[in-house]
Amino acid sequence: MSETTHDSADSADSAVGVVPPPSPDDRLTSAELAVKYGLSVSGARPSLPEYVRQLWARRHFILAFSRAKLLAQYSQAKLGQLWQVATPLLNAAVYFLIFGIIMGGREGIPGGSGRYIPFLVTGVFVFTFTQTSVLNGVRAISSNLGLVRALHFPRASLPISISLQQLQQLLFSMIVLVVILLGFREMPGLTWLLIVPVLACQFVFNTGLALIMARLGSKTPDLAQLMPFITRTWLYASGVMFSLPYMLSKHDAPHWLVQVMQANPATVYMDLMRYSLIDEYTLNDMSHYAWPLALVWAIVIGVGGFVFFWKSEERYGRG
Amino acid sequence: MAVAEHTGQDGAPAEAGYKTPAQAEHTPAPWVPTVIAEDLHIVYRVYGGAKGKGSATAALNRIVRRKPGGNMREVHAVRGVSFTAYRGQAIGLIGSNGSGKSTLLKAIAGLLPAESGKVYTDGQPSLLGVNAAMMNDLTGERNVVLGGLAMGMSREEIQQRYQEIVDFSGINEKGDFITLPMRTYSSGMAARLRFSIAAAKRHDVLMIDEALATGDKKFQKRSEKRIRELRKEAGTVFLVSHNNKSIRDTCERVLWLEKGRLMLDGPTEDVLKEYEKFTSK
Repeated sequence: MSETTHDSADSADSAVGVVPPPSPDDRLTSAELAVKYGLSVSGARPSLPEYVRQLWARRHFILAFSRAKLLAQYSQAKLGQLWQVATPLLNAAVYFLIFGIIMGGREGIPGGSGRYIPFLVTGVFVFTFTQTSVLNGVRAISSNLGLVRALHFPRASLPISISLQQLQQLLFSMIVLVVILLGFREMPGLTWLLIVPVLACQFVFNTGLALIMARLGSKTPDLAQLMPFITRTWLYASGVMFSLPYMLSKHDAPHWLVQVMQANPATVYMDLMRYSLIDEYTLNDMSHYAWPLALVWAIVIGVGGFVFFWKSEERYGRG
Repeated sequence: MAVAEHTGQDGAPAEAGYKTPAQAEHTPAPWVPTVIAEDLHIVYRVYGGAKGKGSATAALNRIVRRKPGGNMREVHAVRGVSFTAYRGQAIGLIGSNGSGKSTLLKAIAGLLPAESGKVYTDGQPSLLGVNAAMMNDLTGERNVVLGGLAMGMSREEIQQRYQEIVDFSGINEKGDFITLPMRTYSSGMAARLRFSIAAAKRHDVLMIDEALATGDKKFQKRSEKRIRELRKEAGTVFLVSHNNKSIRDTCERVLWLEKGRLMLDGPTEDVLKEYEKFTSK
């Protein structure tokens, strides 16, 4: 401690410590000096491979952050983690009441109206996975502004951990789903293994979407108000609570329209998940290109979203 | 002595600074710069601060006419600041409120874009401010782990330093508070924990924005000691403070900013003397 007080007490001495002695460096410009000592421009965006490397180095952070968020989500509620499963279940119950009973959405379900509940619950859980990734993705930067402004880490960690958090949430919901399926005598079979590739594709797709929304949302905070309406429209257009081809054919929709509607990524992932879990749901009940579509959507949105987010990396949390 | 301190703190590079110029010629790196600011200008663009109408019709009108800058105002916060900071220096930033100190630090940290001019830094500077919120719904414990991971520490490293961080923050002095959510902390406690987390890692360039003002006396002593240690680990420390005493205790060099301009840059005592003359006017 005494050493520093000496510094200021003896100002002639500390002057030596403040201004460097003449050196050949004096002739260099700032830029040349920076190059000589390996300094870099502060806040510059890293190259894409470097960014991926940085992100990989923070993988433990991403995982811990998503888990922590998942736990914190219901930390103020008395029932706590029980809401993890109660929320999607209540959602499904409401849709069952409105669409299943009041509006007659049970018609045209593959396997007959007795299969409506497994059909609906699978759809709700799978769609919720995408929906919440989008809604939370919009706020990924703005709701963590303190963290963004205090610490340096690749910002993509935030939207990625949001979609990872939703994946963990879905795995919780899957436990409920399995119980419901068993209740409807849908016995586990080999096709159940297909949920792994389906979830992997959907996870990559959701992450890409969360990255895109995070960048847009950081620029235009108004999106947070708008997105619930967009995702709700998407929900009704995706055939979560009714059979899409059946409803369309009832209204004499042309064949190409059915094809287009079934190519919707949310529909593709829902259909594939139903196909994996429900025996009565066959490949004829969905787009013929469901598998390639699942992969293409994942790659296009996943990679595209990542690059789109990275392009603006140096601007997040500024101002 | 200052000389003794410099030789002790980071070995060869700073040591060479005390040799004659001729000797310095032979030493490859006499003084190692860590931060170079060159004619730095920073302009804030503030939305919603316009003097004009802020009504919904005005907003609609702007969108229709595609005039994005309708309610935008520009604030020129830093005007042409140049300086070079060297390894092992602790630099105080002084100036009245709104003189651009925090803005300058944010620009060095790469959190604000420069309007013109450039900032070059050695590695990634870390900015530690009072308003750097962490995750309030999570316990202090989890915040320590997450903060460490976010800074790029490994899990083992955090495990090793966890107790040290908690002890340093003094959060547990009055009971088991580290397992409570951070929203239950007082602002002083939260600031102390944040400082402790950030100070656990070795930084090439560490900037502290009035963080020390929030802690109590005991904590201030501890953090001043830690700042000196960080300097010894060959880093550069910037300290913003309105407390001239803590600047005197920790820094040997001071930058005095006023209205975004660099008024003086020199040894602590010289600059503070001028500054005190200026403020007592």
